[in-house]
Amino acid sequence: MRESLLGWQQYRYLKWGLLLLVLSVALYVTQGGSNAAQPPNGGTWQGYVLGSLGALLIVWLSLLGVRKRSYKSTAGTVQGWASAHVYLGTALLVVATLHCALQFGFNVHTLAYILMCLVILSGFYGLYAYMHLPGRLASIQSGSGQDGRLDELARVDARIRDASERCDANLQSLVISALELTRVGGSAWQQLLARDRSRVMVPGDSSQKAQAMANVEQEVVIGHLAGRIPDARKQSEAEVLNELLGLFGRRQVLLHQVRREVQLRGLMKIWLYFHIPLTVGLLVALVVHIISVFIYW
Amino acid sequence: MGERYHIAIVGAGPAGLSAAGRAAEYDRDAGVNSPSYVLLEGFSIFAKTIQKYQKGKHVMDEPGFLALRSPVPFVAGKREEILGGWQDSIKAGLNVRYDSEVTGISGSRGQFVLKLQSGDEIEAEHVVLSIGTQGNPRSLGVKGDVESDFVRYTLDDPEDFKKETIVVVGAGDAAIENAIALSDYNTVYIINRRNEFSRAKDGNLNAVLAAINDKSRPFHCRYEAGVAGLELPASPGEMGAIILNTPAGEERLACHRIIARLGTIPPRSFVESCGIEISSPSADAVPDVDRHYQSNVAGLYVIGALGGYPLIKQAMNQGYDVIEFIHGKDTKPADYPLLQDQFSGLPYVMDAEDVLELYQQRIPMFRRMNPLAFRELIIESRILVSLPSADLARVEQKGERSTVFVPAGEPVYRNGEFSTTFYTLVEGEVKLQLEQDGPWHTLKPGQFFGEMSLISGRPRQGDAVVSEDAILIETPRRIMVKLMNSNEEVRKGIDRIFIVRALQAAFRPNLPLAELSAIAGQVETCRFNAGQALFSEGEEGDCLHLIRSGTVVLSRGSANMVVAQHHSGDLVGQMALMGAPLRRDTAVAAVRTETIKVKRAEFLALVNSQPEHIATLQGRLSSLLEKTNAMASQPEAARSIGFLMEQGLGEATNALVIDESLCVGCDNCERACAETHGGLSRLNRAAGPSFANLHVPISCRHCELPHCMKDCPPDAIRRSADGEVFITDNCIGCGNCETNCPYNAIKLSYAAPPKPGLLSWLLFGRGAGPGQPETFTPAAADKERGKKAVKCDACMGQSGGPACVRACPTGAAMRLSPEQFVALVEAR
Repeated sequence: MRESLLGWQQYRYLKWGLLLLVLSVALYVTQGGSNAAQPPNGGTWQGYVLGSLGALLIVWLSLLGVRKRSYKSTAGTVQGWASAHVYLGTALLVVATLHCALQFGFNVHTLAYILMCLVILSGFYGLYAYMHLPGRLASIQSGSGQDGRLDELARVDARIRDASERCDANLQSLVISALELTRVGGSAWQQLLARDRSRVMVPGDSSQKAQAMANVEQEVVIGHLAGRIPDARKQSEAEVLNELLGLFGRRQVLLHQVRREVQLRGLMKIWLYFHIPLTVGLLVALVVHIISVFIYW
Repeated sequence: MGERYHIAIVGAGPAGLSAAGRAAEYDRDAGVNSPSYVLLEGFSIFAKTIQKYQKGKHVMDEPGFLALRSPVPFVAGKREEILGGWQDSIKAGLNVRYDSEVTGISGSRGQFVLKLQSGDEIEAEHVVLSIGTQGNPRSLGVKGDVESDFVRYTLDDPEDFKKETIVVVGAGDAAIENAIALSDYNTVYIINRRNEFSRAKDGNLNAVLAAINDKSRPFHCRYEAGVAGLELPASPGEMGAIILNTPAGEERLACHRIIARLGTIPPRSFVESCGIEISSPSADAVPDVDRHYQSNVAGLYVIGALGGYPLIKQAMNQGYDVIEFIHGKDTKPADYPLLQDQFSGLPYVMDAEDVLELYQQRIPMFRRMNPLAFRELIIESRILVSLPSADLARVEQKGERSTVFVPAGEPVYRNGEFSTTFYTLVEGEVKLQLEQDGPWHTLKPGQFFGEMSLISGRPRQGDAVVSEDAILIETPRRIMVKLMNSNEEVRKGIDRIFIVRALQAAFRPNLPLAELSAIAGQVETCRFNAGQALFSEGEEGDCLHLIRSGTVVLSRGSANMVVAQHHSGDLVGQMALMGAPLRRDTAVAAVRTETIKVKRAEFLALVNSQPEHIATLQGRLSSLLEKTNAMASQPEAARSIGFLMEQGLGEATNALVIDESLCVGCDNCERACAETHGGLSRLNRAAGPSFANLHVPISCRHCELPHCMKDCPPDAIRRSADGEVFITDNCIGCGNCETNCPYNAIKLSYAAPPKPGLLSWLLFGRGAGPGQPETFTPAAADKERGKKAVKCDACMGQSGGPACVRACPTGAAMRLSPEQFVALVEAR
């Protein structure tokens, strides 16, 4: 019942892709020979066929973007198209390579080839992301989504603020600074890396000013709180410290999950920012390649 | 002694106004100077339910097939236009007495005495009750609340108000829901008379507490606060104030408006105090009235919503007719031409009123029914006449409201079809199967069928084939439910046949009908609320349950380990009678469920009469045991089923489930939904709970017995033969379905503006592109038309299946019925 992209309809398009490969290789090996007029490349009729096939494939593959948005279309399902997109896109790598027969130069033809390879490679990454990341995302999400988590975080923060009012000034400023200097998100790069850039102001001795320190995963503040509990002189102080420790423990987990979720969502999307523009570039290079080949023929 | 009138009309709603209008015409014709009638209204305004609609609300005039017959005007239009028209009629000379709440009616025809709240008494020869069913909303009980716009008792669209300070009075679900919705754009105070929200549902309780504690939300609560007074705004748009009595003393809250949601006082006890009998205890029951709307108290008439006719036009027609009847005119009701049309294709020439009478006499179950209810049943039904195919080709089908011709020898419904109509055979014969490929039973005139799907909501079991020259009455479910709720005899009659046929289908007994009926009389019908147990693991059982409606889940070990789910028509707990009496599982109703409890003696009588069928029953039990055992050995899968059942999917027929391990969150499903349904998505992917990689988004599940269909005044929610529940164009936007849906799958929305073509979007940046945005400003014309209910229609009529599933690039979105859940959780 649950079929992934790859296994769609008992691997229908894997079979198509393999067939395409066999045909392409067969076509390739029939060209050339020691006394041929042409070396094996796009100039022979076989190479011409491979090139036309490759160009058609590129156009068809880029039409997935159109099919995806043709919501009323009954031409197959988007999943079927995506499955075919993966297998035939992979096959394209071989078809195009056989077409050019590894003749590279510093020209628009090689540019088109390189662009195509980049598109396909970014596609491979996308496939990896689509196959593996949703499961990981689901395992963090278990139960509450991002909104629920942010709500809980807000509640935890409010409780920390309340509790901190029962602490001495030093501890209060430490705790509040830990809240205020918590960083989530940031630039696209920072979101993808999910590195915690949170900080905390640690009060120095009486003579020194408070110092900002990195507070990765709230470890510093948690360590500080845990360290102070055995030193607590009054029972009420120990109680507040314990309460704060518990709250920061939950906060640590929530923040980690928020960052991880942002990261995973980013990783699932980021590749499209390469895949699509590169495809557009490829289509332009392809047109130039085809026109120039006909001009110099 | 007070004034004396020929007719006293109680309640100045549409029905009352229309009646008063007709009575005024009689006075005019008779040339009398002092009116012979009085229209009594408890409030200081007429039609207060409609007055309290929001400004500019579009009021519909369903049913479209019925003509208006009243001196008081009414066509679909804006609230103001309709009220204006009525105001004009009143000014033209209607004898309305406001602020005259009637607290009691005594006496009999010719000498009724109506007691008013003021202590006055009014005498009348005839009394017309047109007080509606809404009951009076409990008012704030302080000066100024009824007369002005400042206090409202309903809230149509929270988004109509922005940047205002609004006070919501009340602590029930409606008050909480309104207050929270309003606080998105306004500062809201919720006034609770007690010190906690104990009356609210759990979800609303949590939501209101969260909103109160949320410091970023302008949402405040006053506990233990009573309303002491009002200061009306000096002019519209300005602020008024509410004065509260709080434990800390008097508090004045300045505000733009007040929404009072204090519930209503249902009219039933008042009606009964007047001597009118309501035979059924059911909450929806209506008083019995005769063809002239006269109740069991001679001279006391009941019209409009109180008599079971909730639509404005019907009510107004009755107002007109009732005055005619009181004046001794036997006017043909406004629906007479409709009846004529319905009977037009019958093979004999007879007056429609006579056919009506004849048919009622032919059907034993309906014989003692009140003629008005039978009339309504016929008007809402289709009359089917079967013809041989040669004749069928020659006759002209004149549409749904006329006689419908069907081919003889062909099924009127087939096994597996979703339809919940009820058939009564008037002439001819019907061959009926009770299960797929089961034996045939022959029905004679006066008998009925289709009660299985009527009661359970499941698709038809077996075919029903109609003979030549048969005449059938096909009645929609909603009408039958109304009838069963108000007529004990009909309910019992249908119930008895239901049980007999259910037993026949389950056990195929070879018994004479009398004996079978005797057994049917002995078995007990049980009702279980969601979560209630039929029996528990480890106890000794001495009975089995045959499910009438709903879903029962079997769990083993712990409650969330679901090993099997059973639907209507299935047997539960038969092991106790066919094997060991020790219950191996706990059986719990997943949704509201009804069962027929069969004890050992009855069971033996049934199965021993047909020993050949025992092997079939045993075979079914064995395969069931195999399946439950397989489930019990896969705790993960069993828990997943448990999760799905918890989400109410047991009553689903077609639910959207998302496999989270495949979902990349692209929202293409939502976009596809919007693009194929006028720009409005009917599903919310991200919302809804998840468990073990299964996500149940907010989307219609096309329930077996759809909650939304329960209370739709224009009957706009329908179910297709394939099971899709959909909303037709005659939705009046009342919001009942939105309230009744427990899964939030229905929203009220303005129509979305049409999208520009792809190219003009792409090249000229015009409008919104493919998919999204969800937020839009409705066009003025659409705003005028008002909000309509929108919900998933499972893409009926579109080739290729549901758009959400077709548009999912990774195969994460699936639409499933409960039968497929096992395959779903096992296939991982």
